[in-house]
Amino acid sequence: MAATTSAKPTGPTPVKNKKKSVFQTNNWVDIFLTVVRLVAIGIIGLGFTLFVIQQATGEGLSSEALRNLIVAGIAQGAMYGLIALGYSMVYGVLGFINFAHGEVFMSGAIAGWIVSDTLFKNGLWESNFIVSLLIVLTVSVFVSTAATILMERIAYRPLRESPRLIPLITSIGVSFFMQNAVLGLIGPSSKNFPALPEWLSKKRGFLGIELEGTKLLVLFVAFVSMAGLWFFVERTKTGKAMRAVAEDKEIAALMGINVDRIIITTFAVGGAMAGVAGVLWGLLFRGVSFLTGFLPGIKAFTAAVIGGVGNLGGSMAGGLILGVAESVGPLLILEPLGIPGVSQLKDVVAFSVLVLVLLFKPSGLFGERLSAEDRA
Amino acid sequence: MTRLLEIENVSITFGGLKAIDDLNFHVDEGEIVSVIGPNGAGKTTFFNTITGLVTPQIGDIKFEGQSLIGLDPNEITARGLARTFQNVRLFPQMTILENVMVAQHCRTNQRVIGPLFRTAAWKKEEAEIRERAEKVLGFFGHRLVGYRLEQPAFVLSYANRRRLEIARAMATQPKLLLLDEPVAGMNPKESEELTHLIGRLRSEWGFSIVMIEHDMGVVRDVSDRVVVLDHGVTIAQGSYEEVSTNPTVIEAYLGKAAAESEGGGSLDSAAHSGEGAH
Amino acid sequence: MTATAANTSDAMASAPGVRSATDVDWRRSANIGGILGITAVFIGLVGMAVGLDKRMLIDPVLSLGYLFVLAIPLIGGWIAAREITLEGMTAPIKGARDIVAGAVAGLVGGAVVAMFLVMLNAWDLQELLPNWSDALLDMYTFGQGVGVGIVLVLVVGLVLGAIGGAVHVIPAKPRRLLSIAVQWVISFAVLEAVIDDLLGGFGLQAVADVIYARRGGLLIIPGLIIGAIAAFVAHRFEGKGAELKTQYMELEPERKNQVSKQGLIIMVVLGIVLPIFLGKIVNELLSNVGLFILLALGLNVVIGRAGILDIGYVAFFAVGSYMMAFLTSPLAPWRESDGILSAVFGWLPVLNWFVALPIVVLTAAIVGVLIGTPVIRMRGDYLAIVTLGFGEIIRLLFLSDWLAPTFGGAQGIRSIPGVNLGFAEINGTDPRAVFYLVAIFVAIAIYVSSQLETSRLGRAWMAIREDESVAEAMGINTVTTKLFAFVVGAILASFSGAIFAAKVGSVFPNSFELLVSIIILVVVIVGGMGNIPGVMMGAVVLIGVLGGPSQPGLLQEFSEFKLLIYGALLVFMMLKKPEGLIPNAARNRELHQEEALQDAWLKGDKPGTTKDEVDDAGPAPSAADIDGSLGLGGATS
Ligand SMILES: Nc1ncnc2c1ncn2[C@@H]1O[C@H](COP(=O)(O)OP(=O)(O)O)[C@@H](O)[C@H]1O
Ligand SMILES: [Mg+2]
Repeated sequence: MAATTSAKPTGPTPVKNKKKSVFQTNNWVDIFLTVVRLVAIGIIGLGFTLFVIQQATGEGLSSEALRNLIVAGIAQGAMYGLIALGYSMVYGVLGFINFAHGEVFMSGAIAGWIVSDTLFKNGLWESNFIVSLLIVLTVSVFVSTAATILMERIAYRPLRESPRLIPLITSIGVSFFMQNAVLGLIGPSSKNFPALPEWLSKKRGFLGIELEGTKLLVLFVAFVSMAGLWFFVERTKTGKAMRAVAEDKEIAALMGINVDRIIITTFAVGGAMAGVAGVLWGLLFRGVSFLTGFLPGIKAFTAAVIGGVGNLGGSMAGGLILGVAESVGPLLILEPLGIPGVSQLKDVVAFSVLVLVLLFKPSGLFGERLSAEDRA
Repeated sequence: MTRLLEIENVSITFGGLKAIDDLNFHVDEGEIVSVIGPNGAGKTTFFNTITGLVTPQIGDIKFEGQSLIGLDPNEITARGLARTFQNVRLFPQMTILENVMVAQHCRTNQRVIGPLFRTAAWKKEEAEIRERAEKVLGFFGHRLVGYRLEQPAFVLSYANRRRLEIARAMATQPKLLLLDEPVAGMNPKESEELTHLIGRLRSEWGFSIVMIEHDMGVVRDVSDRVVVLDHGVTIAQGSYEEVSTNPTVIEAYLGKAAAESEGGGSLDSAAHSGEGAH
Repeated sequence: MTATAANTSDAMASAPGVRSATDVDWRRSANIGGILGITAVFIGLVGMAVGLDKRMLIDPVLSLGYLFVLAIPLIGGWIAAREITLEGMTAPIKGARDIVAGAVAGLVGGAVVAMFLVMLNAWDLQELLPNWSDALLDMYTFGQGVGVGIVLVLVVGLVLGAIGGAVHVIPAKPRRLLSIAVQWVISFAVLEAVIDDLLGGFGLQAVADVIYARRGGLLIIPGLIIGAIAAFVAHRFEGKGAELKTQYMELEPERKNQVSKQGLIIMVVLGIVLPIFLGKIVNELLSNVGLFILLALGLNVVIGRAGILDIGYVAFFAVGSYMMAFLTSPLAPWRESDGILSAVFGWLPVLNWFVALPIVVLTAAIVGVLIGTPVIRMRGDYLAIVTLGFGEIIRLLFLSDWLAPTFGGAQGIRSIPGVNLGFAEINGTDPRAVFYLVAIFVAIAIYVSSQLETSRLGRAWMAIREDESVAEAMGINTVTTKLFAFVVGAILASFSGAIFAAKVGSVFPNSFELLVSIIILVVVIVGGMGNIPGVMMGAVVLIGVLGGPSQPGLLQEFSEFKLLIYGALLVFMMLKKPEGLIPNAARNRELHQEEALQDAWLKGDKPGTTKDEVDDAGPAPSAADIDGSLGLGGATS
């Protein structure tokens, strides 16, 4: 055997290894997943086809009803999007699901109720709604931010180096604790935000569609908050530091960034957005209780995954997609299949979307942005 | 000699980085082949590719004539390949005995019924697993047996962790054993002893061996053939003497200038200075 | 933070040991005091203080509510005075400094509460916060009105904080005796129902009447006697336990087996005999605990052994219950509806519980495979959320009008018969019989999980938990192996569900909410993941004392607050004791054995052992290694 210095080998032209298609695999897990996928697509396709046929024969929904559903979905989706930002940013930076983020949102909603109720009794709510709203927003944002900062400081920071399921379990505990603490503090009944003044809530034409003022307000506030967040993350020094920490904590620390501070900021900003969403939720649906955080929390997490975890624009888009899907989905797909009581199945739809998204597109529609260690 | 492992034109790219570039490689039955090269040359990636942890974008890997591409790591182990890890990865909370017993998973098949009904087949299999585990551990003298059997792996010293990792790989009953820097972190006495054991792994247990190693003494003493990797490319192969005097190899280790100034510098010193860097 | 650091270095600089009372880390004590005060206010505002005040522990001086409130400054004072001695440094001598540190914390805490009382007195916020009440004011001022009350609060805080700090000053031995005495007295008070019941069962009702007050609560004099007896016993038999343990350790393996077997027989006999003397309430409690032991043992296989964080575990409990109801209830909705089911299965008679059980188990296993297969390759945290999703989907489907013709919707399925043994029927009206039934299945579950743990499959689970990718590289098919864990967990849960259905007689969707999964998770984590006796003890203590999701425990007054406590417990455990509260007996035994064996080894009765090899013994287990014992790291990426 002679020592050969390597020249370019002159073997046969190398074969390219393509991923085996699902039809070639003999792995039963893949086969099972394919079946699930096909069934899901089949159900959606069938339902949608039936829906189209119904529409064509004029038996289905009026276009106005459909439009209303879509608008309702967008308004709700905007709130999901706002909550999703918190999941997304924290996952982007720390690689862990803050299960208690839904409760941060709930704390904002409850704080909003307490303040707005007080203002209503003082009469300021009626006499000067704009000022009242600003006060409510400020207090709610403060409460949510404080809640999330406390959470980080007490429960999550000591676990930063632990295996990733440990902080997840902790956050489940935090969530459970907060729910029941609020239950103890304000009682089990649902609390109502005061109604909006008539001049605001009345329907008005907007771009050719009739819209409820409340929904417009929700969309407006959500949009302004998003824009503020975008400005913060993209344009300020702290925002840039945040992105650096999300990319690689160690390198960021080497470059003189105070990682602890940035992580707190991340939690805080997420909390603030959740606080805004809490107030909007109260304005739109009026009833809030200690359970208000659970479902929107899970759905917002779904939205974050749909949009691609760590991707802020994606989270907002994911929220809108989920909101619309949830509001039109049952009527669009389940109703035509002849399933009774579809409105009851709204949450089943939401959870199914969660399961299907995590099963088949865990990296989201618009791409994940995770730090180096979490991608591995 | 029959071909055991045959690697044809394999390339691995991580993002933009070519970790393995159009590599050809083979191992015959009964051979001990050493893979050397500076840090970051792609040696560990090469092992990861063979054992299915990384799938090559291009190329084919054949073991006993059958392609391994697309197989899961556990299926590859079942075919008769086993490895150790450069950064020792034991199951730290499991006992030493359990570490070795669990490695026989793919050679055994009792699941639920056996242990629940304490069938004869299950008892026999458990006894065999244990016996084989003790035999494998016994290969390393008294270090891993006796009271040690029931100790969790994390109490072991570094050298013993390495030994246990080799034992665990042996327990999978491989035909080809892949050792990633088996003597790293051992003192000269320990590495000399392990070198001797590696020879016995072939003569007594019949394993063929591919070994990544920085210690040129070990490489010289046990290898039939040495392959030198740099930047994912084979820059030389042949017997230890041939490779160690090859100027390209010395250059890869020491850089061009050093290679020229030292003239016929030897690889032993080069490798040792290279080792200091990692 | 910086102040603390500076102070610590001060303490290091001065000679360790003798310090004056002014050496207190004022800032730390004050901080702790602030936390104490906020905790007390929080406990008041969530209603725990007043709610638990109804339960007398020691009549007439101490109610459960006051125990909670007064424990705060005690524990706080103890924490404030605690110092962590680094390895290699001399522990400082305890003294006046510790008492002052505790007192300061208590005083600051008292001040916070006092401020709260002023507000409570001045404003009326009851509309917003239902517990913002006069009852709370009354309780926190010890019924003395605001003026005197505030002074009292400050004094009580100061004194209790100081006592908490002073605990450090008491020498170790009396401290131990004191703590044992207190534990016994509180246990006697908390376990009143059981002890009363047991004494009654043995015809000793008179004794019970002497110990306990008529309206509940331990009487003072008997309490003192119990404490004294406990301390005396502890003093008299000090070290006897450890001695026995060593004796046991040194037995020949065969003899050891014999002793273990005898122990087991005694336990079994006790388990059979004791319930005969217990009344309905305690037996009911025990059977509920048993149902949760079953669930916890199942989840223990999934989380503790295979490292899969399944937080939709209640789904299998639901499937077990519903399937049993579906098959055994003559009034199951599907029988009366005119859907496909009744057309196809209409011939199916109402089944006996035992006949239905295999079908139930099979269904659970199938559902386990159906849910498990898609999720098993997921990243650990996504898997947790997806299992939660599945759990909720299953509950919502049982609840929906869509499937109401099959599962009854919100009405659920009623008229589920008990377990028909031919000569008798076991149902909820006879909790003792239910307990025996549950106990049999718990025994089966223990056997199954311990048998599997020590076999090939169990070792593979453990390897996956420790490091999934290495396990795969060592030839373990991680997908099927994890799936087995999932299915075993599902089957154990379905046992529990099947008994639950027969016991309660009806099943409703809201018995299967997410919180059931979380409570089982807390039980497993408190007991110690992967530790069978630990998990069982966890279920006994938590479910027995606090109660299950809808089952009351011994402290029925807790039912409103138990979820709050479960949540806090989960956080606390993860932060402070992720390996669980109950030590892993198996692991301990091994460690003990090691010592004995190592001694033998060092004496050199093995040939060829050189000094060199003995020196090889590794470094002491580092904290990091022990932290890894949770093994959830492996299941993550
Ligand atoms: N999973 C991976 N992702 C990205 N880059 C990798 C990965 N594994 C290895 N590399 C890179 O491939 C190169 C070869 O690494 P390695 O095979 O470990 O070298 P060696 O073992 O020869 O020291 C290194 O530059 C390393 O950073
Ligand atoms: Mg390497």
